[in-house]
Amino acid sequence: MSLPALADRAIVLGVHARDWRDAVRLAGDALVDSGCTTTEYTEAMIRMVDDHGPYIVIAPGLALAHARPGADVRRDGLSVVTLAAPVEFGHAHNDPVSVVIGLASAAADAHLGAVAQLANAFNDPAAIPALAKATSRDEARRILEGGPSPVSAA
Amino acid sequence: MKIVTICGAGIGTSGILKVNAERALQRLGLSASVVAADIGSVQRVAADAQVILTSEEFVEAIGATRADVIVIENYFDGEELAEKLERALG
Repeated sequence: MSLPALADRAIVLGVHARDWRDAVRLAGDALVDSGCTTTEYTEAMIRMVDDHGPYIVIAPGLALAHARPGADVRRDGLSVVTLAAPVEFGHAHNDPVSVVIGLASAAADAHLGAVAQLANAFNDPAAIPALAKATSRDEARRILEGGPSPVSAA
Repeated sequence: MKIVTICGAGIGTSGILKVNAERALQRLGLSASVVAADIGSVQRVAADAQVILTSEEFVEAIGATRADVIVIENYFDGEELAEKLERALG
């Protein structure tokens, strides 16, 4: 699958999270609100970190929250949550986190297109801080699509 | 040559690592098959692998293996990936 256009409800900007659990839950809520997953998937994403540690913090400031494909996933999708104040996940190198991406995939092999597109977007080192500071959904979409930032008309 | 990327679910983070490892290999002019897998299947999937790429959190759970286990800190840092792959494969 290619990266689907992110629904408004899948993008939540500048919210407060009490801790990492809350931050992952916000990304899960956005997946539920945009019709991708059930709330069980959110709990499964949190359980992944409880079971395996903060490995989902894959780059400075960025967590990629996800769980296994399964019945909790209604359709493939992504969500984006940016935090008003960054939270610690307990990662040795990449804390604190200001951007949480939620990833849901209905089948194990269906997600690679979306994952490749995420890699395209975030291989630009400026993308994570830019996304953390995004103030509009369109701006967030543009960064995730990996396109160049529009030149200011001013 | 076979490289396995490992995460908790076998999708998502290991998928990112697979995509970026393939790009790093291309830059290095090396060819290898790169497979993403979950920690539960690592012993089976990586039985014939030369390299396992993963996060620090999974090193202990991977257990005994003939493959070089390489820990990646920033999954989007192509230079880190290329440098560590070159050291393991070169």
